[in-house]
Amino acid sequence: MMSEVHPREILICTIAKLLDGVRHVAVGASSPLPAAGAMLLRALKQQAGEKGPRISILGSVEHNFFTNGSAELFDCAGQGRIDAFFLGGGQIDGRGNVNLVGTGDYPQTQVRWPGSFGSAYLYYVVPRVILFREEHTPRALVEKVDFISTPGVSDDGVYRSGGPIALLTGKALFRFDKTRPGFDLQSVHPGNNLADIKAATGFQFAHDSNPEQTALPDPLTLALLRGRVYDEVAETYPDFAAQMRREIERPLCHAS
Amino acid sequence: MVSNLRALAEYVEPGVRLALPVDYAGVSMVMTRAIIERNTCNLDLVCVPTGGLQVDQLIGTGLVRSVETSAVSLGEAGGAPRFNASVKDGAIELKDATCPAIHAGLMAAQKGSPFMPMRGLIGSDLLRHRDDWRVIDNPLAGGGDPIVLIPAIKPDVTIFHAPMADRFGNVWIGRRRELAAMAYASATTLVTVERIVDESLLANEMSAAGVLPALYVTEVAVAPKGAWPYGLWGEYPTDTAEILRYARAARSAEGFADYMANAQMEPA
Repeated sequence: MMSEVHPREILICTIAKLLDGVRHVAVGASSPLPAAGAMLLRALKQQAGEKGPRISILGSVEHNFFTNGSAELFDCAGQGRIDAFFLGGGQIDGRGNVNLVGTGDYPQTQVRWPGSFGSAYLYYVVPRVILFREEHTPRALVEKVDFISTPGVSDDGVYRSGGPIALLTGKALFRFDKTRPGFDLQSVHPGNNLADIKAATGFQFAHDSNPEQTALPDPLTLALLRGRVYDEVAETYPDFAAQMRREIERPLCHAS
Repeated sequence: MVSNLRALAEYVEPGVRLALPVDYAGVSMVMTRAIIERNTCNLDLVCVPTGGLQVDQLIGTGLVRSVETSAVSLGEAGGAPRFNASVKDGAIELKDATCPAIHAGLMAAQKGSPFMPMRGLIGSDLLRHRDDWRVIDNPLAGGGDPIVLIPAIKPDVTIFHAPMADRFGNVWIGRRRELAAMAYASATTLVTVERIVDESLLANEMSAAGVLPALYVTEVAVAPKGAWPYGLWGEYPTDTAEILRYARAARSAEGFADYMANAQMEPA
């Protein structure tokens, strides 16, 4: 039945909407949901007779247009040729700061994460950075990060052509308002309410008294996702595509 | 020109600054073992731009004094256990960076310049903890416009693995251009390869474009499956099961020691 929508399908469709209009989106090596969102947008555009975005998946041979080593992604971003990118983070705080280094006092952090990767550059120069973290808990979304791998906003006079536009989690979608700076709750995914979101979020955020529910995909979009898009996703993320296809066979939340 | 692994390891003297490539670019895992056998200590590692299994094993063996890197992880197999433990114990000096800063430092060395300016970084704790990085106002702007200067990174030794070299010491690196950047910046470059071919790789324009010329290559040694358990582009895939086995074993110092003492050191 097409009326059953998997929670992750809502995330994929939300990502596709957030990416609408981009020419080139770069996706990290182990990021199947952002990749699926980008591929869904491309499929929707192509169905409408448009070209759709170019998608670079780092670490993939097939979806990698670069021939100048691992520096080229950053050079490309610095030139303004990458419109959108995804950033996760061990901690994300209410000012959009991201911590990819660890918890506790640096350098002897008690929990060490891999490191900042390219974040301290890409977050500054990619216009549409989408913060994406499925885990929506007070330990992931904190009031203040323990280490700023890369800041949400910069002081006046600091070169900053890019930055966060949204934070998408397993429970909700926030928009980033860089003038405050802070997050505005945009919509709540099915099965959650405002009280749940407040309890699960370590930082203060702006919200309506009765926030909207995150839109569910229409049947045509869902059919495209479950056909062509999962086939494309499977080329790079076979385990993820197989898991999605297994899970949508079971009854899930009702689309309407 | 064609040498053996022990002879290559002789170049890795105590206290050298050693540059190593990202896990998908061509890691000479076979040289990890040669360095550990020689027990060369006080290494200052430069990960270009991130590190993985090789870096974790060198740290776990106690050979590393400092690590300059944008990240260390085992990818799909999770965090790098010996790196994480050494950070917690304060056993290694950390120089946390971001990928393009490592590339910028190598680029400065490649050009013989003292530094390379780069955007980003301002307002991050990475910058706050790096006293070797400087912020200046862009001298070409009317005023203001702060920008970070990354000093040249000049490794003593670079080590990587590639599919092939010719008997003249030219090495095929394809589109993995970071390997060339590392070699340009380094005093010594040691390369292990799957095979040596007779014909000069520079004789054909198609292959010449992907060649690191012998000018930058100190020694080449043949080591089939030399990246294992990592894969090598165009040649063989990563042995994920083996990396997972390492990740499980190396959670404790004892498990790591046991793995290193008993692990099958060659691919099956």
